[in-house]
Amino acid sequence: MKNKITAGKILSFVRDNSVPLMFVLICAVCIPISGFSWGYLINEIVTRMGRNIFLILALLIPIMSGMGLNFGMTLGAMAGEIALILVSDWQIWGIPGVVLAMIISIPISVLLGAFCGKILNMAKGREMITSYIISFFMNGIYQLIVLYMMGSIIPIKHFSIKLPRGYGIRNTVSLLNMRQCLDNLLAVRVSGVKIPVLTFLIIGVLCLFIVWFRKTKLGQDMRAVGQDMNVARDAGINVERTRIISIVMSTVLAGFGMVIYLQNMGNIATYSSHSQIGMFCIAALLVGGASVDKASIGNVFLGVILFHTMFIVAPKAGAEITGDSMIGEYFRVFVSYAVITVALIMYETKKRKHKSQNAQQLQLAQEEADKHE
Amino acid sequence: MNETLDKTNMTLRDRLKAFVDAFGLPRLIIAAFLLMLYIAAPIVGAGFWMQISNTINRFSWNAVMVLAMVPMIHSGCGLNFGLPLGIISGLLGATLSIELGFTGPLSFLMAILIATPFAIVLGALYGWLLNKIKGGEMMIATYVGFSSVSFMCMMWLLLPYHSPTMVWGFSGKGLRTTISLEGFYDKVLANFLQINIGSLSIPTGTLLFFAVLAFGMWAFLHTKTGTAMTAVGSNPTFAKAAGVNVDKMRMLSVVLSTWLAAIGILVYEQGFGFIQLYMAPFYMALPAVSAILIGGASVNKASIANVIIGTFLFQGIVTMTPTVMNNMIHMDMSEVIRVVASQGMILYALTRKTEATK
Repeated sequence: MKNKITAGKILSFVRDNSVPLMFVLICAVCIPISGFSWGYLINEIVTRMGRNIFLILALLIPIMSGMGLNFGMTLGAMAGEIALILVSDWQIWGIPGVVLAMIISIPISVLLGAFCGKILNMAKGREMITSYIISFFMNGIYQLIVLYMMGSIIPIKHFSIKLPRGYGIRNTVSLLNMRQCLDNLLAVRVSGVKIPVLTFLIIGVLCLFIVWFRKTKLGQDMRAVGQDMNVARDAGINVERTRIISIVMSTVLAGFGMVIYLQNMGNIATYSSHSQIGMFCIAALLVGGASVDKASIGNVFLGVILFHTMFIVAPKAGAEITGDSMIGEYFRVFVSYAVITVALIMYETKKRKHKSQNAQQLQLAQEEADKHE
Repeated sequence: MNETLDKTNMTLRDRLKAFVDAFGLPRLIIAAFLLMLYIAAPIVGAGFWMQISNTINRFSWNAVMVLAMVPMIHSGCGLNFGLPLGIISGLLGATLSIELGFTGPLSFLMAILIATPFAIVLGALYGWLLNKIKGGEMMIATYVGFSSVSFMCMMWLLLPYHSPTMVWGFSGKGLRTTISLEGFYDKVLANFLQINIGSLSIPTGTLLFFAVLAFGMWAFLHTKTGTAMTAVGSNPTFAKAAGVNVDKMRMLSVVLSTWLAAIGILVYEQGFGFIQLYMAPFYMALPAVSAILIGGASVNKASIANVIIGTFLFQGIVTMTPTVMNNMIHMDMSEVIRVVASQGMILYALTRKTEATK
């Protein structure tokens, strides 16, 4: 009897955490095959944690308000990039440069976030596909600004970042003078592993902020909107406004996150840095066990560790197994997309099951009421 | 009676407003923009007939893939962002046909024949999945497309292809990223009954091929099954009450859409002259989606006319903007215009209030 209960418990644990467990399995198989040393692996993972966690945390707020995975976080990333391009043209380097870039990104992010929120309010029920298309749409506008207006309308002085034709920004903008300036300040080395303490402190502050924010009036409102828009509206919450605020917050945080991400990388790929960022962040969050309607800070940390371990070891392991290094590259891209697909399918089936259960209950209640009459 | 009276009483402004509402503002802007490009083309010295034949050519390459959108919109599955799945079936057909040693026009026919079972099986699986997640089709379709493309990236390397025209020369295995179709089915349809008048050339064969498929689609939508499919899309509850098997109809529409996508990519390849593998099919759904929307379709309504108008407008913009803009302001902003116009159109359609797909 007791055995049965524990077996059931294990089974439900496996079912609820199937995605992270699958990743643990992939990593467990791939790590020994890849032949990387533990020192190297841990070093890489810590670096990537510092680089990515802030960006992924930006996804939590729209999930709270029931708007699903915010594929529009790309907009924040674009804002961060524009801010960094301007700052690097003004030759403000180091920590002041990073801080200034974050400050400049705020108004751009707010504007883009408000635009995104407004459109998502017009497309309730299909927020995700809409935010996904918005990111493509904005990519066009971003190109218009960066490739045609910078240098001709927006003054850009330095030829190191301008295209030879006189306007437009080069494909890569070097951030050599602010490379890892956040990470290196207060960095601690523990047996060969560099720990970027300041970056982690910033991430810690954001985590505390999110925990605190959940308890505020606005945070509670967002959760109410996420639970049921109609009930929230009846309770006197301005649903549209709350949803816009949640997207704006996410976009601003994504802007900051992008600045942190790029100062770690040390250069901007002007036209491609932002395009994949949404996909990788979302995949990492889902790998951590989050779903479309529920995500915690724990999911973010677990997700980054598992996803990036896979990301580091897969190409090497793939090359060892098949003798072709491209296989591993394609494999990790495939896994990223597959994880998102599976998570979306699980979410939708769950939603439908829930709906039909509710309908059944309603029907039962109705029959009961009829009997009494 | 009353209605006609109302119509005569309407002022010109009202009528204009009603027209704009019915037609959709973004669509109007895009059509006006294209018209402007056509007027500007001769002025800035970018051969008018040359531009027209370019547009018609590109229309003929892409029209079938846009046609693939129609069945799923009709059955209420929304815009088929999972088009790459069908494209992959087409690519499998194309590569296998060459691998098996077929050449010339026969290789095109064989490619279609080989692609068909793949499209039916994959389409059936995809349709089964979409039946499980009614209401969330479009997002999941997008990611089904992405996952299948990235999965096939591995397969193109691993599958045991041997034909020397297709595999990498030095290693002797793994397919190349682009495969030339010279000697196979390069322009087989386009060269059939091709009309050349001065700089105007019309690929009659490809247009005829599209016309046959489009007519078939139109006829199908007017059969009993076709009307049942439309009924499922416009009102699933009513359709169910009328005894229509909703899931089966949706599944059929998905299979049909996937198969048309497979044929569509083959037609595209014969015009373009190359097979593109690996990441090439990745974003191919978006142009097709925006084309049909520009043509006047919405998330739950589409006709063959929408396909023709939409493909023409969209491909017109794609071909005209680079040359005309370059000649006019010496700045190639075509990419930006294309992205903003096509994605803007999709956004517009997604934000319309439609009762279906709930």
